Amino acid sequence: MFKKLCEKSFPKSLWVYHCNVGACNGCDIEVIDVLTPYYDAERFGIKLVASPRHADVLLVCGPVTRQVVPALKRLYEAVPDPKLVIAIGSCAVGGGIWFDSYNIVGGADTILPVDYYIPGCPPRPEAILHGVAVALGLAEKEIESVHLKQLLDRPESVPVEVESLYS
Amino acid sequence: MITSKLKEAILSLRPGRVTLKYPFAPHDPEGDFRGYPELDTDKCIGCGACAAVCPARLIMIQDIDQNTRRMVRLLERCIFCGRCADVCPEDAITMTKHFELSTDSGREDMVAECEVFMATCQRCTRCYEPANPLDKIMEPGFRDDEIKRGGQDSPYEPIQSD
Repeated sequence: MFKKLCEKSFPKSLWVYHCNVGACNGCDIEVIDVLTPYYDAERFGIKLVASPRHADVLLVCGPVTRQVVPALKRLYEAVPDPKLVIAIGSCAVGGGIWFDSYNIVGGADTILPVDYYIPGCPPRPEAILHGVAVALGLAEKEIESVHLKQLLDRPESVPVEVESLYS
Repeated sequence: MITSKLKEAILSLRPGRVTLKYPFAPHDPEGDFRGYPELDTDKCIGCGACAAVCPARLIMIQDIDQNTRRMVRLLERCIFCGRCADVCPEDAITMTKHFELSTDSGREDMVAECEVFMATCQRCTRCYEPANPLDKIMEPGFRDDEIKRGGQDSPYEPIQSD
């Protein structure tokens, strides 16, 4: 019975390793905030661990500076399979305001296969919790790309089909 | 000693449950929180003021033909500063309180794009853009490089997941 209980309660507990790859510390503070009793991500089994070898999930904050690229690749390889990568903050999602700086790679997904994106500068603790809920299947994603077109002879804009910017 | 422990237990019981019910119950942000900047495409006149002030330079402007201007907003790197909403002469951009922007399908979900019908000025035919080509280069908004090359190009090869 104890074994069954363990099997039921552990498969969805994600242990996270939090890495800062050039973030301003804003996202890091929000990540810590999520772990406080008020937001309490630990009720979903989220636990911050000190070593990537114990982790299931890599939390990436920051626009990924050029110097940290080899370290980030080694870090990703150190996480045992199966693994997830969550990009937190506008910087990790798309490079933020630093996207075209000389020393910035521009987003975590230029280096790693990112599974979940949480935009925000910094994202609210609730936004991070929503990302966790999406990852655990407790909530649906609410954002979709918008493509609209104005027409000459009618007041409303209509949706258009365009090809994706990202191949 | 036991009494002090009991006192402590009673003290810690007093506040009750403090944890938010957030993912299961909605929790709206209060105050001046700025979330997803929503563009009312019907109101937009395509002047490009938002593109000129955007610190993340995420608004690309491309003139497809004389009458159509394509404005692509790559909101993946938006920092929610609200300057676009401040400068918009038509109040077409509003900062909503929508913060649940997390997604599992990539950056594409944060792209918002509109094609604006541009009326042609009878006198000059180009009121809505800077007067000469040099000014146009100087305006940070009037760039379309990222649309043309398809997002960002990077010299780095991403690790492929299995």
